Amino acid sequence: MLTRILRQPVWREVIMIGGVVLLLATAIPQLLYAIGQGFRVGLLGRFMALGIAALGIDLIWGYTGMLSLGHGIFFALGGYALAMFLLLQLPAGKLPEFFSLNGVTELPWFWQPFSSLPFTLIAVILIPSLVAAIVGYFVFRNRIRGVYFSILTQAALIVFYNLFNSQQKWINGTNGLKTDSAMFFGKVVSSIEVQWLFYLLSLFGLVGAYGICRWLTGGRFGRLLIAIRDDEPRVRFSGYDPTGFKVFVLAVSAALAGIAGALFTAQSGIITPNAMDVSFSIEMIIWVAVGGRGTLVGAIIGALLVNFGKSVLSEQFPAFWLFFQGGMFLIVVAAVPDGLVGWAGRTWREWEQRSSRKSATYPQIDLDENLHREKTQTEKLHNSGK
Amino acid sequence: MERILNIQELTVSFDGFKALNDLNFSLDRGELRVVIGPNGAGKTTFLDVITGKVKPTKGYVQFKDRSLRNFSEDQISRLGIGRKFQTPRIYQKLTVRQNIELAGNPHKSLFGTLLGKKSPTNQRQVADLLGVVGLEPKADILAELLSHGEKQRLEIGMLVAQSPELLLVDEPVAGLTDEETAEVGQLLLNLSADHSIIVIEHDMEFVRQLSAGLGSQPENRVTVLHEGHVLCEGSMAEVQKDPQVIAVYLGSEEQH
Ligand SMILES: Nc1ncnc2c1ncn2[C@@H]1O[C@H](COP(=O)(O)OP(=O)(O)O)[C@@H](O)[C@H]1O
Ligand SMILES: [Mg+2]
Repeated sequence: MLTRILRQPVWREVIMIGGVVLLLATAIPQLLYAIGQGFRVGLLGRFMALGIAALGIDLIWGYTGMLSLGHGIFFALGGYALAMFLLLQLPAGKLPEFFSLNGVTELPWFWQPFSSLPFTLIAVILIPSLVAAIVGYFVFRNRIRGVYFSILTQAALIVFYNLFNSQQKWINGTNGLKTDSAMFFGKVVSSIEVQWLFYLLSLFGLVGAYGICRWLTGGRFGRLLIAIRDDEPRVRFSGYDPTGFKVFVLAVSAALAGIAGALFTAQSGIITPNAMDVSFSIEMIIWVAVGGRGTLVGAIIGALLVNFGKSVLSEQFPAFWLFFQGGMFLIVVAAVPDGLVGWAGRTWREWEQRSSRKSATYPQIDLDENLHREKTQTEKLHNSGK
Repeated sequence: MERILNIQELTVSFDGFKALNDLNFSLDRGELRVVIGPNGAGKTTFLDVITGKVKPTKGYVQFKDRSLRNFSEDQISRLGIGRKFQTPRIYQKLTVRQNIELAGNPHKSLFGTLLGKKSPTNQRQVADLLGVVGLEPKADILAELLSHGEKQRLEIGMLVAQSPELLLVDEPVAGLTDEETAEVGQLLLNLSADHSIIVIEHDMEFVRQLSAGLGSQPENRVTVLHEGHVLCEGSMAEVQKDPQVIAVYLGSEEQH
């Protein structure tokens, strides 16, 4: 019975994920506390939140081939939404401090619904995805793609950055929203209990995001995304209009970035327009590239690895982190273009093939003389055609 | 006989250069037509206009008495026109089976693709098609690993999977061996039993095979395109005798 379940890949995956979740929810944090590295638990929680954003990037870039340099927008929208909710948990009639410092005496109408938790939770998901869907619709309908799409997303990022930076009155401009001392269900946000809650939320959020992305990419829909990535005009001649598909995945990806932003903000204690710094959105790409684009696990591992690398290295050599990050990106792109997980998977398959040469499945191509002849012929043809 | 395709006074100009120039053309339902013409005659552009990739500067294309001017590529494809490209365009990172499944998916909307169930008929159709194009043994390997000839056949399979009424096939045997060429010819002739087909071709031997038709079928007509215009139309024998055609096209064959 058990062996039969284990033989099914789906169940193997579920069991493996369950195991990892269990470790992350119990043993790993305890171990870190035991060896006096308790603060790393907080970091892990934040980086798992970033992993959710990385999944979103992988969905649109790794699978669909759209390189967004503007995901900081969605991250910030989610972050600001939750931060305002936390700041608004005050006795009736009181306003968050920064409002009075800026001469605002009444809560602006657009912030009013954010005192409600259900509204905020919906907003964290819906606002980023609506912004993404509206922008995406006009961009994709006009068949803007490739590098033009990337430039456009970066331009949008800069617009949003300046917009948020300049709104001193309504969102505290450059200083952003500080949530550390805000209250959440009667406890200070920075307290161990609330932080542990957000750690768990990040963990389960990550698992949920993984599940959604797995579902989206696993079937026919995912194969269509790959087809769009590899030859979008051809997809049209197969009878699909890529616009709707691209708008949809961009919106999902933006929602994931929004959730990540909310979870991250609650744990880092602050959200400022710096979340829309050009370099942060590029870092998201780097996580996915390092981990392995087009592999969901790769996106998560990349986010965790790069960020832990960042925190360890910047403790040791604060001035050099950026060089390390840039160098690592160059090495990955040059030496393992499909990222660590992609590389590991490829190596594993090659090793498996070599050790099972005689099995009559895939490696047949190399053995069958006929096939081999055909293959070299085409290669010759290709070469002579150039 | 019902006309499936009717093209009148079609002109396409690229910055003043007329790739198609006042072209008239029509195709009967069930017909297989071979279109030949020297390089740059406008053959690919001709297919580009029918499939909506290029909009006509003047004139119109009617498919089943409906003008295609305001339809996009994907809508035209769903109306029942399938196209094979000159260089095989398949999805390299998907398996052979997945390529055919995507093309043959009956639900092409966003949510249809995401939530639509695979029907048993659908799966049988995919299996049948794999057999028709002779790729059953390679159904589950990545398309990028196929030989050039197999890619050509796969793309024809993807085309048929869309269940179109009209197939547009652009130079399907470019770069194939003689044996593979004959196979593709046979495949197209078999398909012509229940599809209308336009085949664009360069290879005269192949054109002869197609125009001869299958044993009991009548001979298929050939259209000669030259400088964006129909030069001549008729049976292979008639076309070969036409002095204009000899001058511009068949004559040059001897020089090769
Ligand atoms: N998008 C385009 N822009 C400019 N010129 C084009 C374009 N497409 C085709 N042409 C020109 O139109 C002519 C016909 O091209 P094409 O239809 O590809 O010929 P064929 O397929 O018969 O070899 C060629 O001279 C080509 O250079
Ligand atoms: Mg051509």
